[in-house]
Amino acid sequence: MEFFNEFPEMGRSDLRDFKKAIDFGFRSFSRAYGDALESFFDPLLQFMIWFEKLLINSPWPIILAVIALLSWLGSRSWKLVFGSVACFIVIGYFGMWENTMATLAIISVATLVCIGLGIPLGIWMAKSNRVQATITPVLDVMQTIPSFVYLIPVVMLLGIGKVPGLIAVCIYAAPPIVRLTNLGIRLVDEEVLEASDAFGANYKQRLWGVQIPLALPNIFAGVNQTIMMALAMVVIASMIGVRGLGVPVLQAVSNQYLALGLMNGLAIVAIAIIFDRVSQKYGERLQAYRKGNGNG
Amino acid sequence: MADTKIEIRNLYKVFGSNPEAAMKHVHAGLSKQELLDQHGHVLGLRDINIKIKPKRIQVIMGLSGSGKSTLIRHINRLIEPTEGEVIVDGEDILAMLADELREFRRHKASMVFQRFGLLPHRTVSQNVAYGLSIQGIGEAEAVERSQRWIERVGLAGFEQHFPAQLSGGMQQRVGLARALATDAEILLMDEAFSALDPLIRTDMQNILLDLQEELHKTIVFITHDLDEALRIGDEISILRDGEVIQQGDPQSIIMRPADDYISDFIKDINRGRVLEVRSIMEKTNRATGPKMGMKTPLEDALQQLVGAGKDSGAVTGEDGKTIGKITMANAIAAMARPDREIEGQRYK
Repeated sequence: MEFFNEFPEMGRSDLRDFKKAIDFGFRSFSRAYGDALESFFDPLLQFMIWFEKLLINSPWPIILAVIALLSWLGSRSWKLVFGSVACFIVIGYFGMWENTMATLAIISVATLVCIGLGIPLGIWMAKSNRVQATITPVLDVMQTIPSFVYLIPVVMLLGIGKVPGLIAVCIYAAPPIVRLTNLGIRLVDEEVLEASDAFGANYKQRLWGVQIPLALPNIFAGVNQTIMMALAMVVIASMIGVRGLGVPVLQAVSNQYLALGLMNGLAIVAIAIIFDRVSQKYGERLQAYRKGNGNG
Repeated sequence: MADTKIEIRNLYKVFGSNPEAAMKHVHAGLSKQELLDQHGHVLGLRDINIKIKPKRIQVIMGLSGSGKSTLIRHINRLIEPTEGEVIVDGEDILAMLADELREFRRHKASMVFQRFGLLPHRTVSQNVAYGLSIQGIGEAEAVERSQRWIERVGLAGFEQHFPAQLSGGMQQRVGLARALATDAEILLMDEAFSALDPLIRTDMQNILLDLQEELHKTIVFITHDLDEALRIGDEISILRDGEVIQQGDPQSIIMRPADDYISDFIKDINRGRVLEVRSIMEKTNRATGPKMGMKTPLEDALQQLVGAGKDSGAVTGEDGKTIGKITMANAIAAMARPDREIEGQRYK
């Protein structure tokens, strides 16, 4: 009867040995390759430091001008341009300028990394069902596993700092762009592809001339999602030494500073909304050709 | 050989998980339905043999599910056959390597699709230039060279529009111009006009016939519409359940339908307008009465006979010489449906 009341678990000492073996294995891996990995990521670190300094040290009017310009290029909407600039002025006025710049820096770099890795991966997935079947569960794990769990090995390997923070952000933020690139390419109309084949297009011509352009709205939705998810990771990244708006939020949590937490939290929200609206407007403009003008 | 541009020989297509294995049963004589029930494979095409003459319009007609769209895709190998040969200009399409096949598609055979298959993100002129840019010609030159085709199909002024801004008929003009712009000798048209309104369809048929008079391409035209087949086809092959059940020129199909299925098909057509006097004339080089060309439709011939108050007329060949004689009695007899059909009607 006892068998049914208690789950037949592994022996206590066996379990301990099992965990120890994994920990030991990883620790010796980390000791052996940690330095090599660190130097592998060094160029990325240098770039992040340079970019963060650039944002923080540039005179604020120039940054505001660049923000205005980018939101104009993205959205072609004066309302959004004014909205973005106003948000940043308020953020700066409440003393969060430097942290905001640091956050912008890591978000931008993370987004670039995600795009750079995610789009080719998505293209590869769209090309082969087997690749899709292999990568999809990995993406599922990346999106659902609690962030703290992968923070442990990342920190063990690379210590505390910008690079592990960036990796943590990317693990969480990359899946949407991979998924949506894959989906976008797979959703391209069969008949259009057949037409392209019938005219003798090769793989490259088909990919760059038909699939990518027609998948762009979806790919862009992926970029948008990636940015949003990267912003959501700002606080967690600050736990392993990434500067930015997450740091004061963390302080506020541990010291019960309501105002500090609220202000910095809202600053993150403001950045998220600006990014989202501008990139969505850009996405809409990408598919302007889909609209008929009613003479059909 | 010179009389055949495209030859399809013993072509079979089986869809399913193991087509090769299923072919054994097909050769053993299983029907399409039996193959599906017993082995779970779909017999798309069975033993197709068609010789397509150069510079003519070959229509392949059949209802949906007859395999006609599958068949046309074998000509440029968008679909691989399970068995058989496709020979174009003496060259075996199925033996071509990927590169050769691409060259063939780029230069030799272009295609027009039922749902147009236009690139929605390219303008009309970029769409028409698509085949040329695939050939590696620079975008600017490709657009310039395709301009005359845009004008030829009547789309001048719409160059900068996107496909979504055009009506169906205009979109298919883009599709047609795109196919013509590569100067391919073979034009594959897969139900090209089926998605269009009847009036616009007639319009497009006229455009095609006009173009053909000037360009003399080898056109393979798929349709499910008998009127369309009779109107534009020089030769017609009728497909049912993946098999060719009759081939011939429109006149011979109407005069001598191969079986009940085809009789049933042709019962609603206006025979007087489709049949031409050459199909029913008695061959002779001496005849009296009003003269008419050999391609005069029966309707007009009757009108001329009645108008002239004569019982018979002379049929003239292309050179104007008399080649036959048509009598009122023959003309009226030909207007009636063939016997087979009349028998079928009795039960209604």
